[in-house]
Amino acid sequence: MKEIIRAAVAVIVVSALLLYINSQLGKTSGSSGNDTITVYNWGEYLDPELLDQFTEETGIRVVYETFDSNEAMMTKVEQGGTSYDVAMPSEYMIEKMKEEDLLIPLDHSKIPNLDNIDPYFLDLPFDPGNEYSVPYFWGTVGIAFNPDLLEEDFDFTSWEDLWSPELRQQVILVDSAREVMGMGLNSLGYSLNSTDESELNAASAKLDELTPNVKAIIGDEIVEMMRRSEAAIALTWSGQALDMMYVNESIDFAVPEEGSNLWFDNMIIPKTADNVDGAHQFINFMLDAEVAAQNADWVGYSTPNAAGLELMDPEVTGDERFYPDEEIRGRLEVYRNLGPEMTGEYNERFLRFKMGMN
Amino acid sequence: MQNKSTRALYLIPYGAWIALFVVAPIALVVYYSLFDIHGDFTFANYKAFFSSIYLELTLSSFWYAFLITLFSLLIAYPTAYFLTKTRHKQLWLLLIIIPSWINLLLKTYAFIGIFGQYGPINAFFAAIGIGSTQLLFTDFSFIFVSVYIFIPFMILPIFNAIDRLNPALIDASRDLGASPWTTFRRVILPLTMNGVKSGIQVTFIPALSLFMITRLIAGNKVITLGTAIEQQFLVTQNWGMGSTIAVFLILFMFIIMLFTGQKEKGGASIGKTK
Repeated sequence: MKEIIRAAVAVIVVSALLLYINSQLGKTSGSSGNDTITVYNWGEYLDPELLDQFTEETGIRVVYETFDSNEAMMTKVEQGGTSYDVAMPSEYMIEKMKEEDLLIPLDHSKIPNLDNIDPYFLDLPFDPGNEYSVPYFWGTVGIAFNPDLLEEDFDFTSWEDLWSPELRQQVILVDSAREVMGMGLNSLGYSLNSTDESELNAASAKLDELTPNVKAIIGDEIVEMMRRSEAAIALTWSGQALDMMYVNESIDFAVPEEGSNLWFDNMIIPKTADNVDGAHQFINFMLDAEVAAQNADWVGYSTPNAAGLELMDPEVTGDERFYPDEEIRGRLEVYRNLGPEMTGEYNERFLRFKMGMN
Repeated sequence: MQNKSTRALYLIPYGAWIALFVVAPIALVVYYSLFDIHGDFTFANYKAFFSSIYLELTLSSFWYAFLITLFSLLIAYPTAYFLTKTRHKQLWLLLIIIPSWINLLLKTYAFIGIFGQYGPINAFFAAIGIGSTQLLFTDFSFIFVSVYIFIPFMILPIFNAIDRLNPALIDASRDLGASPWTTFRRVILPLTMNGVKSGIQVTFIPALSLFMITRLIAGNKVITLGTAIEQQFLVTQNWGMGSTIAVFLILFMFIIMLFTGQKEKGGASIGKTK
């Protein structure tokens, strides 16, 4: 009896000790005080050398963590376990976080480098006046294709090309409801933010006609499959297409003329921030022309930094496929936050589409 | 008296474990399933489950889980049977079990290469003149990979059941004039049924909610309840609906357990499978 009590007490003491140590560790690993900031970003989305350079210049140490979906990022910020100081969500997520009061307004006087940003990318509908966010990278959704694997000439200037009977079992789609539903809506000339039931029904019906051509609906594996010429056509993001092209030079990328998605990832300061001043310094640092140019070189996505663009290789920045001119951009649409019901509706339709494949 | 209270004390960790990690999570899932996206109390999720695609999804999940279990069983039973007849049966068994130590995802990724357009199987097909075929992203590849993954779990309980079978019973059956087929059907099979049931349990239930393989190998052309739950939680963030699907999955599993449950029979040492 005594032994059991002794053992129980020992267990409780050890647990309490571990809890204490854990809470101490938690304090130090999340940012605390003025010498650390915690940056929360997508994977492979920032040149690590720049973090060292930032620490050298400002004396602020950077704790760097990554996420793989906007939703996962938001959940962690909501829980508030770690004190993230800067994060890089996409535009529709910023709208949502704003609604849920998870963002701290930016002090523009502390971000003089904001002037480097192309005015085209400022003051967008998801964040008027850039009260909460500063653009980080941008890109489009389009079609990556490998002409060597196609028997006929397609240039994919129209979404309609994907429906060609010659392309049976050739098209890979990205496993994401907004992109696939958006493609269906765009191909019919509707807005990819449509909430109109008859338009959505038409888009679903149109997508059902695509099923014989669909080879698979997968995630990041798309890149590897295209690189190895395993697949000929993929609906994908511009940056992912560029990743494919680095390895497989036959691959080309096109944004269809009927319209498509224009997206932005942006730097924000979440409510969890401990070091708001350090966060502003970091954002300002990332907007520096040279830093932005180096980062864009490393990441491969399109930078909204006009001053940085001038420092980059004109062959890259002149590529219309990745830096489309304003006329093309005018045809592109930014995702709006559709609200929980409509997000559910889009996903249910997407699920139905996937079920219709077999 | 002393003895009794000590025993009660020993039960505390077990009880706490069950309460924390079995009862509480199930209760939470049921609790969440009663709320809609706005956090209002409702039974609408259950209505939605019955009136929409989820029912269809359930049927197709069951169909694929059934196929996977069937093929696993067809391969596992004879394998287990012949394993018990080999000389170094523990070694052979080990060789079959070892692949299950490798991470599931790694094995799945390996199959992407094997079934690929430029993979070894298509190279073989091309060499014998069939020409390259689309293997990846088909029903065939999905069932093949799933069966491959579940086979060790199916073999193990069946192997144990057959191994524990008293050989005297088989001899007796033969001496009394039964043909090998009758011996198998009337003696071996009934006495190893518990092993088969355990094997079906450990295969069918996880097969119902497979979701990584559906994407990587079947290219989302096969959709299971697992995919739907993942989407509800991560993309739609409709925890209520996700939980509702999970509640039904738990129910289905419970029913399967009931059907394949092992009845205690007095004195039988054959049914021990663990």
